[in-house]
Amino acid sequence: MQWLDDTRAFMRRDQVFDIVRPVASSGRVDTRHGPILYLEDVTVSFDGFRALDALTLYIDDGELRCIIGPNGAGKSTMMDVITGRTRPDNGAAWFGQRLDLLRMDETEIAQAGIGRKFQKPTVFPRHRVVENLELAMAGPRGVWSALTARLDRSTRERIDEVLEEIGLADQGRALAGQLSHGQKQWLEIGMLLMQDPRVLLVDEPVAGMTHQEMDRTAELLTRLAGRHSVVVVEHDMEFVRSIARKVTVLHQGSVLAEGSMEEVQSDPRVIEVYLGE
Amino acid sequence: MTAKMTPSGSATDLIPLAAHRRILHGDLGGKILLGLMAALIVLVPILNLAVPSDSPLHISTYAVTLMGRYLCFALLALSLDLVWGYCGILSLGHGAFFALGGYAMGMYLMRQIGDRGVYGDPVLPDFMVFLGWEELPWYWLGFDQFWFAAFMVLAVPGTLGFVFGWLAFRSRVTGVYLSIISQAMTYALMLAFFRNEMGFGGNNGLTDFKDILGFSISAPSTRVALFVASALALALSYLICRAIVRSRLGRVVTAVRDAEPRTRSIGYRTDRYKVWVWTVSAMLAGLAGALYVPQVGIINPSEFSPLNSIEAVVWVAVGGRGTLFGAALGGALVNYAQTLLTAWLAELWLFVLGGLFVAVTLFFPRGLVGLLRRREGS
Repeated sequence: MQWLDDTRAFMRRDQVFDIVRPVASSGRVDTRHGPILYLEDVTVSFDGFRALDALTLYIDDGELRCIIGPNGAGKSTMMDVITGRTRPDNGAAWFGQRLDLLRMDETEIAQAGIGRKFQKPTVFPRHRVVENLELAMAGPRGVWSALTARLDRSTRERIDEVLEEIGLADQGRALAGQLSHGQKQWLEIGMLLMQDPRVLLVDEPVAGMTHQEMDRTAELLTRLAGRHSVVVVEHDMEFVRSIARKVTVLHQGSVLAEGSMEEVQSDPRVIEVYLGE
Repeated sequence: MTAKMTPSGSATDLIPLAAHRRILHGDLGGKILLGLMAALIVLVPILNLAVPSDSPLHISTYAVTLMGRYLCFALLALSLDLVWGYCGILSLGHGAFFALGGYAMGMYLMRQIGDRGVYGDPVLPDFMVFLGWEELPWYWLGFDQFWFAAFMVLAVPGTLGFVFGWLAFRSRVTGVYLSIISQAMTYALMLAFFRNEMGFGGNNGLTDFKDILGFSISAPSTRVALFVASALALALSYLICRAIVRSRLGRVVTAVRDAEPRTRSIGYRTDRYKVWVWTVSAMLAGLAGALYVPQVGIINPSEFSPLNSIEAVVWVAVGGRGTLFGAALGGALVNYAQTLLTAWLAELWLFVLGGLFVAVTLFFPRGLVGLLRRREGS
C-alpha cells in the first residue's frame, strides 16, 4: 500500500513537500555551533550482535580526540559509519550541521572532507610513493579532469613538502609496496595530508612503529589539530597519554566515559572494563 | 633536467607533467612498435606494388592481407590489455565488440554491392531477398554512407560497452563474475546473430563484398591500402592508450586494479573510471573488427564465439599484460604461429594454444616482454 501512503503524504497540508525542502547533503561544512561531527543514537548490528549501541558522540571543530576501548568496543565500526562504509540501522550522523552523512556515499563523504587512515596500512603497492601522494591530493575527482590533469609547480612543491614531512624524501621513487610496515603507515598519513580533509580519522597510527617514530607521529598529529579535527583510535596507552587532550572510552558499542586522560583513568567503570574486576 | 622542475630535484619528476607531454618517454617497446609500423607503411606498398612479382623481395597480395589481419588482432589485443592489464578487468567477451565493429563495416560493404548481387535487387542484400523481405529494416538505413558506417563502427561497440559497463560496474560486479557475464554477453549476441530474423544474414553472415569507397575490394592496391590503414590504426590506437595510461586517469585506473576500496575511500568514483576505460577499449576493439572484415571478406556470427575472446586473452598473456606493446606483439605473433602451424598440424593448434597459455601462466607470468626484460636485467 505504498501508493496509498504516498497519496496521503501528498494530500497533507501541514508540511512542505520533500522536493522543496533544502537538500541536506549539499553545500559546505557548517560548524558555527562548534561540533564538526555529530553521531546521535547510532546503532549498528551484525546478525544480532550490536557493534554500536545507541552511540552518541560529538567531535568539535579543530579538536584532537582519542578514542580507546577494548577489542570489539565498536571503534572501527564507528569509523565505518562516518565514512559511509556501513549504514547504521538507527540514528543520525551529520558532518557539520548541513551534511547528512547517512545520505551520502563513501566517495561523496571523502570528497566533502573526511579522510581516513586504515588500521591495516593500505597504499597502492604498484605505484611509486610520489604517485600515491599525487592520487590522494585534494582536487577534482572526475574522469575528464583526471585525463587532462597537469602537475604544476605548486603541487610538485606540495608533494615534496609532504615527502619531507613524513620522512620519505629518499624513498619518493620507490614502489609503495616495497616500503616497510612503518613507512607504509607514514605514507598513509602523508596521503591524508595531501587530501587535506577537515576531519582526519586515524585508526591505530603507531602500530608497528618504533618509539622514535611514535614521538614523531604524536608531534605531527598534535600539530594537525586546530586546522583539522583529528580523531585517533589507538590501543597504545602511552601514545594516547602523550597526545590526548580529551579521551572517549567506548565499551560494547556506546560511550562509557569521556574526559581528560586523568579523569578517564580514575573512572571506576573504565578500570573495571580494562582490568576486568 | 631534474633540477629545473623542482627546487630539490625530487622524485616528483617521475610523474608526467601531462599525458600528452613526451608520450613515449622511457617506452622503448612503444618506440619499436611505432618504428615498425612506420617501416611497414612505407615498405609494404613498395614491395607489393612496385617490385616485380618475380623478384625475391616481392610481397604477395596474399601475404599483405595476412599481415593486415595480424595487425587487426594486435589492435584487439591492445584494447584488451587496456582493460585487463591496467584496470584489472578480465574480459572474456571482447570478441563481441570486435564482431560488432566488423558487422557495422560489413553492413556498409553489403550496401555497396547494390544490384550486383545474385538477385540483382538494387537495395536489399541477397539474404533479405532470399528471406522474402520487402524492404530494408530501419537499422540498415544510412549504412550506404561510409561516414555513417565509420561512425557506427565506434558507436555501436561503444554504446554496448557503456551500457554493459554501467550496469556491471555500478553494481560492483568484479573479478571472475565480470568475466563470466562478459562471456555470457558475447554468447548471447552470437545466438542472436545466428537467427535469420535479426536481419544480419544469420548463419552465413555478410559476405560477397565488392567495393569499398568505390575501389574493388580484391584489387592489390586496395589490399595494400587496407593494410596501411590497419598499421595506422594500430599506431594511433597505441598512442591513445599510452596517453591514457600516462595521464592521472591511468594512475587512478591502475590504483583501482590494485586496491579498489582504497581508491574509493580517497574520493574517486571508481565505477565511472572503469566504465570510461571499458568503453574506450570496446571502441578500439570495434575499430579492429571493422578493419578485419574487408580484409577477410566475411563476417559471420562465429566471430562472437566465446572461444575467440578467450584466444585474445591468451595473446595478451603471451605478449605480456600491462605493457600495451607486449599485447600487440602477442596478438600478431600468436596468430603468425597459428598460420604456420595450421598449415601442417591443423588439429594440434588448439592444444598448442592451450599449452601456451598454461606455460605462460606458470613460467612467464609477465609474458614475452617480461622474459626479454629479465634477460636484459641479468
